Amino acid sequence: MSSTQNGTATNQTKHTLSVVVKYNLNALSRIIGIFSSKGFEIDSISFGSGKETGLARITITTHGDEQIIEQITKQLHKIIDVVTVSDLTHQSFVEREMALVKVKAQRSARSEIMQITDIFRAKIIDISPDNLAIEITGNRDKVNAFIGMVRPFGIIELARTGTVALKREFEGSV
Amino acid sequence: MESAKAHTSNKNKEKSVQEKESPVLNGAGILIKTLENLDVDTIFGYPGGAVLPLYDELFDNNDINHVLIRHEQAGSHAADGYARATGKPGVVMATSGPGGTNTVTGIATAAMDSIPLVVFTGQVPKEMIGNDAFQEADIVGITRPITKNNYLVKDVDELEQTVREAFHVATSGRPGPVLVDLPKDMLQAKGRFSGLHKVSIPSYNPTKKGHFTQIQKAAELLSEAEKPLIYAGGGVILGEAWEELTALAENHNIPVTTTLMGLGGFPESKPQSLGMLGMHGTYYANMATTECDVLVAVGARFDDRVTGDLEGFSPHSKKIHIDIDPTNIGKNVEVDVPIVGDVKHVLPEIDKHTEQPDTNDWWDTINKWKEEHPLEVPEEDHKIKPQQMMESISDITNGKAIVVTDVGQHQMWAAQHYTYDYPRSFLSSGGLGTMGYGFPAALGAHFGCPDRPVVCITGDGGFQMTAYELATAVEYEVPLKIAIMNNECLGMVRQWQELFYDERYSHSILKKGNPDFVKLAESYGAAGFRASSKNEMEQVLAEAMTIDDRPVVMDFRVDEYENCYPMVPSGAALNEMVLGDKE
Repeated sequence: MSSTQNGTATNQTKHTLSVVVKYNLNALSRIIGIFSSKGFEIDSISFGSGKETGLARITITTHGDEQIIEQITKQLHKIIDVVTVSDLTHQSFVEREMALVKVKAQRSARSEIMQITDIFRAKIIDISPDNLAIEITGNRDKVNAFIGMVRPFGIIELARTGTVALKREFEGSV
Repeated sequence: MESAKAHTSNKNKEKSVQEKESPVLNGAGILIKTLENLDVDTIFGYPGGAVLPLYDELFDNNDINHVLIRHEQAGSHAADGYARATGKPGVVMATSGPGGTNTVTGIATAAMDSIPLVVFTGQVPKEMIGNDAFQEADIVGITRPITKNNYLVKDVDELEQTVREAFHVATSGRPGPVLVDLPKDMLQAKGRFSGLHKVSIPSYNPTKKGHFTQIQKAAELLSEAEKPLIYAGGGVILGEAWEELTALAENHNIPVTTTLMGLGGFPESKPQSLGMLGMHGTYYANMATTECDVLVAVGARFDDRVTGDLEGFSPHSKKIHIDIDPTNIGKNVEVDVPIVGDVKHVLPEIDKHTEQPDTNDWWDTINKWKEEHPLEVPEEDHKIKPQQMMESISDITNGKAIVVTDVGQHQMWAAQHYTYDYPRSFLSSGGLGTMGYGFPAALGAHFGCPDRPVVCITGDGGFQMTAYELATAVEYEVPLKIAIMNNECLGMVRQWQELFYDERYSHSILKKGNPDFVKLAESYGAAGFRASSKNEMEQVLAEAMTIDDRPVVMDFRVDEYENCYPMVPSGAALNEMVLGDKE
C-alpha cells in the first residue's frame, strides 16, 4: 500500500474517489470485490459513516490511465447500493490522512525527533523511556515525508488510516 | 396462523392487494404470497432441511407450479432457459449449503449472458450462521461476484420488500441474477404481508432514454455512411427491440450481423441478414465487419469471441455503441458515439433522424462475398454430417422451434445452419460456455412456452453432464426433442487439438465410456432412437415430432473428424479466418 506502487506506465495518475454507499458489509465487499476481480488497484481505502444515517462514505485512492479510472468509476456506480461516485481529482478538494507512528527514541535522539515532529506540526501522544508515539495528519505526501524522516531512528509500529477527502465548496477569487 | 384470512385475499389476483389489515403469516407464507403477487407461475427447486418451511407452504399451493428438478445446477439452468424463452425472470429454490453451491454454475451462466434469475436459498438459523453448522455455506459471499445483487434476509419484516427489490433488480436495466438467502428461523417467524408493490431504490436508476445529441450524432454518421453495418447482440432480445431493429435495417437497407446471443433478434430470412459474426461467423459477416465504415453495435459488448484480435477489429469504421450498461461502453473497444440507453428507446430515435445512406456499392461487395463463400453443407448420404443434421432440424421445424444448445461444435453448427427468424428461439450459454446447460435449459424453455416445440441440440459430452434430468422430463411428460450430435468425443476440444496441438487428442475421446443413449432414454421411460445415415436421421426426426407425451432422445452418429468452419484462430483478426481443412 505504499506510494511507490505507481508502476512503470507513464500516463498513470493518482485519483481520489469519494463513494457514498448504503451502510452494509455486503456493499463494502462488493466494492472491494470489483477491484480484485477486475484487476484494479487500491492505494488506500477508508470507510466510515457519512452525514446521513444508513449511509457510509468510502474514500478510495487508486491510480491508472483515464480508461481504467473511467471503468472503475462506472463499475462502482453499477453496484446497486452505491449512491454516488465522485472522482475528486479534477475538482478542488481537501484530503487528509492520519498516521500513528511509534518510533525508537533513546535519550540522545529524542530532541531531534521532537524537532521533526514540530516541523511537520505532528503531535506526540505517548512517551516512554525508549520510544515516542506520534500522531501526524496531512495529505498522503506529507505523511510519507514524515515517515521517511523518522524511519532512520527505527519505526517500531505504524498505523495509517488511508485518505479521507471532501470536495472544496468555496474556491474564492484572486 | 390466520391462514383463512390469508387465503381469501389470495384469490384476488389484482395488482393492488390492499387490505385493511395485512395478514399475519410466517416468513415462508409471506414469500410464497409475494411470489404469487409478482405473477411467478413456475419455480425450479429441490427441497432440503433449511427450506422445509417453504416446501410445507408449497404442499397445498395450487397457483405456483413447482418443478422438482434432480440437481440444483440443472434447476438454475432450467430457470435460465425459462427466462430466455419467456422474457420473465426464472425462479430457483434450493436448500442451504450444497443446495446453494450447486446453483452456482447456473448463476454464473446467467450473469455472463445478462439473464434475469431470482435464486432463493435456505440458510441455517441466524444464531448458527458462522458456526460451521450442518449444511451451512456463505452463499451470499460465494455468489457475490456472479450476481447483480444479493441479500441475506435476517428480519421477517424485511422479507417482502427484499423479494420485490430482488425481482426489480433482476429484471430492470441490464438484467441479471439475484440471490436471496433465507435463514430457516426467519422463514418460521411471524410477520405481515402488505401487498404493496412500490419498490424504490434511490441508488439504482438505469438510464433508459438515450442522450438526444448523441442520437443525432449517430444518425448523422449513419446517413453519411457508405458501408454501414449493424452488429446486434443479446441486448436486442433482452430489450425486446427486434421490431425496432428490423425497422431500422429495412428502412435504410443496412446489413445486420448478429452475435451468438443476438440470433433471432433479426430475421435471418431477410435479405439484410448476414448471419452470425465472430470466431465461427460467416465469411461475409466477418468481411463486412472488417470493411465497414460505420459500425452500429446494438446491445452487444465486443466480446473476444466476436472481435478476434482487437487491433484488427473493424479498423476503418466509426463506431456507435448503444448499451444500457455504461460499463460495456469503451471497455474493450474505443467508440466514437457512445449511447447509454435502452435499445428499444434508442433505435427508433436513430431511425427517425437517419437519412437514406447510399449502400448500393456496399451491397454489391457483400453479395459477392456471399456468392464466393456461402456456409457450406457437405453432401453425404451414407453418413450424417453435423451441418446436415442442423439443416434437417431447421427444415422439419420450419425454423419455428425453440432451439436450445449445449456448448461446443454442435453449438456453432446449430448457430450457423438453423434459420433463426424469431426472437427467443435460440437459447445457448454464450459468455460462460457452460457444458451441461442445454438439456435442463430446454426443459425450462418448455415450462415457459409449453405450446412451442423445443429442440435441444447437444453433444454426447455435454448431454452426459446433466442427462439425469431425463427423470424430470419423464415425470412432467415434457415432449422435448433431444438431438445428440454424437461424435464420440469432445468435438471442439478435439478440433483445437487437431489444429493447434499436433493431433494429440489428450482426454477428449469419449468413445469407450459412452452409454447406449437409446437404452439410457428407455430406462427413464423416454423414447430413444438412433440414426447413422441422413435418411435414417430424417425418419427418426419425423417420428420424434409425433411423440407428445414424453421426451425423445435421438442419438445421431455423426462424422467424428468433421471440423467447424469458418474459424478465426484465437489471436487472429476476423478477416484472417480459416474456411476449411487444409488439403
